[in-house]
Amino acid sequence: MLSFFTKPRIRGGVHAEGYKELTSADKIISTFPLPKTLYIPLQQHVGKPAEPLIRVGDKVLKGQLLAYSQGLISSPVHAPSSGIILDVNEYPAPHPSALPIRMIVLETDGKDEWIKPPIVDDPFQLTPEDISLRVGAAGIVGLGGATFPTAVKLNMGRENSIDTLIINGAECEPYLSCDDRLMQERADQIIDGVRLMLHGMESDRAVVAIEDNKPQAFYAMQTAARPYPLIKVIQIPTRYPMGWDRQLIRYVTGKEVPVGCRSSEIGVTIHNISTAHAVHNAIRKGQPLVSRVVTVSGGAVRRPMNVEIPLGTLISEVFAFCEVDLEQTARIIMGGPMMGDALPHTGLPTVKATSGVLALTESELKSTDVQPCIRCASCVTVCPAGLRPLDMANNIRMNQLDAAVDLGLKDCISCGCCSYICPSNIPLVQYFKYASGEVVARQQAQHKSEQTKRLMDDRNARMERIARQQEEEESIRIAAKVERERIKAEQAAAAAAAEAEAEAAQETLV
Amino acid sequence: MMVNIKPKSGAHIGAKASVSHIMWQVMLALMPATVFGLWLFGWPAINLFIVTVLSAIFFEAVCIRLQGRAVKPVIMDGSAILTAWLLAMTLPPWAPWWVGVVGSALAIILGKQVYGGLGQNLFNPAMLARVALLISFPIELTTWANVSPLFFSNSPGLIESWHITFSGIDNLDATTGATILGYIKTEFSQNHLLSESLKEYSGLLNFIGWGRGSLSETSVILLGAGGVWLLRQGIIQWHIPASLLLTVAIFASIFHLIDDQHYVSPMLHLSSGGLILTAFFIATDYVTSPNTPTGQIVFGAGCGFLIFVIRTWGAYPEGAAFAVLLMNSATPLIDYYIRPRIYGRDRQGKPLEITKS
Repeated sequence: MLSFFTKPRIRGGVHAEGYKELTSADKIISTFPLPKTLYIPLQQHVGKPAEPLIRVGDKVLKGQLLAYSQGLISSPVHAPSSGIILDVNEYPAPHPSALPIRMIVLETDGKDEWIKPPIVDDPFQLTPEDISLRVGAAGIVGLGGATFPTAVKLNMGRENSIDTLIINGAECEPYLSCDDRLMQERADQIIDGVRLMLHGMESDRAVVAIEDNKPQAFYAMQTAARPYPLIKVIQIPTRYPMGWDRQLIRYVTGKEVPVGCRSSEIGVTIHNISTAHAVHNAIRKGQPLVSRVVTVSGGAVRRPMNVEIPLGTLISEVFAFCEVDLEQTARIIMGGPMMGDALPHTGLPTVKATSGVLALTESELKSTDVQPCIRCASCVTVCPAGLRPLDMANNIRMNQLDAAVDLGLKDCISCGCCSYICPSNIPLVQYFKYASGEVVARQQAQHKSEQTKRLMDDRNARMERIARQQEEEESIRIAAKVERERIKAEQAAAAAAAEAEAEAAQETLV
Repeated sequence: MMVNIKPKSGAHIGAKASVSHIMWQVMLALMPATVFGLWLFGWPAINLFIVTVLSAIFFEAVCIRLQGRAVKPVIMDGSAILTAWLLAMTLPPWAPWWVGVVGSALAIILGKQVYGGLGQNLFNPAMLARVALLISFPIELTTWANVSPLFFSNSPGLIESWHITFSGIDNLDATTGATILGYIKTEFSQNHLLSESLKEYSGLLNFIGWGRGSLSETSVILLGAGGVWLLRQGIIQWHIPASLLLTVAIFASIFHLIDDQHYVSPMLHLSSGGLILTAFFIATDYVTSPNTPTGQIVFGAGCGFLIFVIRTWGAYPEGAAFAVLLMNSATPLIDYYIRPRIYGRDRQGKPLEITKS
């Protein structure tokens, strides 16, 4: 009843069955055999794709820059191992469509030889701008899945002089436990990364938020943060999607990020714990982001585990290492089971955003037997964004996309709570993603037709003008001709008169 | 290997819930009150219940067949059975067989299928049928059998029950009477005060359901238990039942305090005429109630207010069905005006102001 009057700190969400125990008890495996070939997409981040600066046949060392970032929001790509560049071409992307995108293909030489990294003695002597530069140059992006370039976020934090840095250790997606393990095993490095980020943003207060289903990670992080009183480690309730940045911001600070604003505008910035870990590696060890810990799990995986793999490793190799039974695999998912995308095959590379690769069996999947909507409103109850998924889906079904946009389609975060809870198995998120894409496509089409119309109108006006000009010129020419003829006639008349006169004179003479 | 997966977006996993699971849970919650009601009114009630449910299945099957769809999965979702079940619970227990059949036809065909089937109807099908029957056949729908529990001497036997169900009650005056709310209404018309008309009324008997009334809407305790169980199961939310019951209780209390000779007590209101059934099982129908918590509170309060008004000043002693139908028609309006606030926006849908400390 009270929640009716006070502003709730958590809204919506579901208690999804975790299945984290499949992988959360064992140490991160770091003995993944180096793949023969790595496929490194040039776009593993939000923003413009990186631009390659190597040539086919070049020999590269591990950590060497392969492609530089171009534009304000972009991120460079580095060699995940040493070897020779085989190709720079289009290969299937780790996306449900598996459409080709540009990738660098690297044949590893097995030596895994690092480029000589530039190490600083005391990073806290560096200027905050320098921290951002180094983080940007290391190719670090948000590793929670959003893949927004971290350096840009650090800069925005500094410019807006934020008062709280939130470190997201919620890891609310079922099955995934890579952040959990990372916090348990490398808490000191993560806390160091947090301190470096604070330095980079000229801020001094951080809150590390960890869901209360990860007590060991919480204790490890608390112990590691003890020497630094301005870094607070807190436990938050276990409830999907607790790790949605805006939900976490509201829970920790009580403030809501207005639509259309960045969180730094209200004085908060949020980073994932694995991003903090990557920042530590980049600044302390001079190592760019070339590998990450990935959870490989699901009912069809015989050896579920958290494993550190070089970026660009094909899923097929990961699956071979973890002994995935492809016969039993009903769906391959990159990311978590709530927000991840289904992939059509295993010949696709892992990227910076890959927090997990799941091979789920038929019995683990939600039924696809779609029943009519009974308006039970569970989707309204669980929506953390405050939308009405059932009404949006109804409008989309009737192709009334504008009505769906009015209901808040653009505020949908695709968290999957509505699809998860729906007793009629309606694939609501699928509807919303389709509609969002379709709205953009229609706007583009409209824009294009407007442009075409404008060009046509311009052309018509131009042609008219030309015609008018020609007409005018023509009339001037005709007038000139008439004038010329008149003058000629006059001259002729004058000449005739003169001749007649002369003749008359002659006649008189004769 | 696997191409063309559907759906490509999450959530790939899901809660273990289904439409039929919800329907069967509701029926399970109705079970104690139903069994009690069937026992209380004996074989004729059992006949009526079976006839109503079977004819609903039949009409649903015919409609689905006409649409050219597979019949079995639709029947198995349990929605038609639940509709008929609820309808039967609100019928007079010794009503003739055709009341059940006509009621089921009204509920399934007019109440649900003409709108496009499950999830599309504007009005609660069971209540629509109940009201249509009451207006069309007022005598049959207000002939309330005396309590005559099975295996007691005054209970009609199986053969006798067929006679009652299929050709009518012979000895009306001896076996039937008025419900408590109907009785009070009649007494009022003869200028009797409440203290006289309620001389023989026992609150306790009314509470457990030992009295004349619809087939199985009389037992407050069993219906309440079923409702609370549904709340615990998460099938229904508290908003509609709580606001509905509270509204009736508040209005009844106010008027009872002002004049206890003309306005019945809140306890009698709450324990009579299927108010509990309405609050937990009928007004909470997903399809015809609003889909936000605030909207549901408004809806429940509206139902409660209308029930009180119809019972107190209306021509019918009993107002639940009318109240629910009226509020059903307001549901789209409630849903239009009461929407959840979108994250990062104000109630009007404008982005929030930036508040930086």
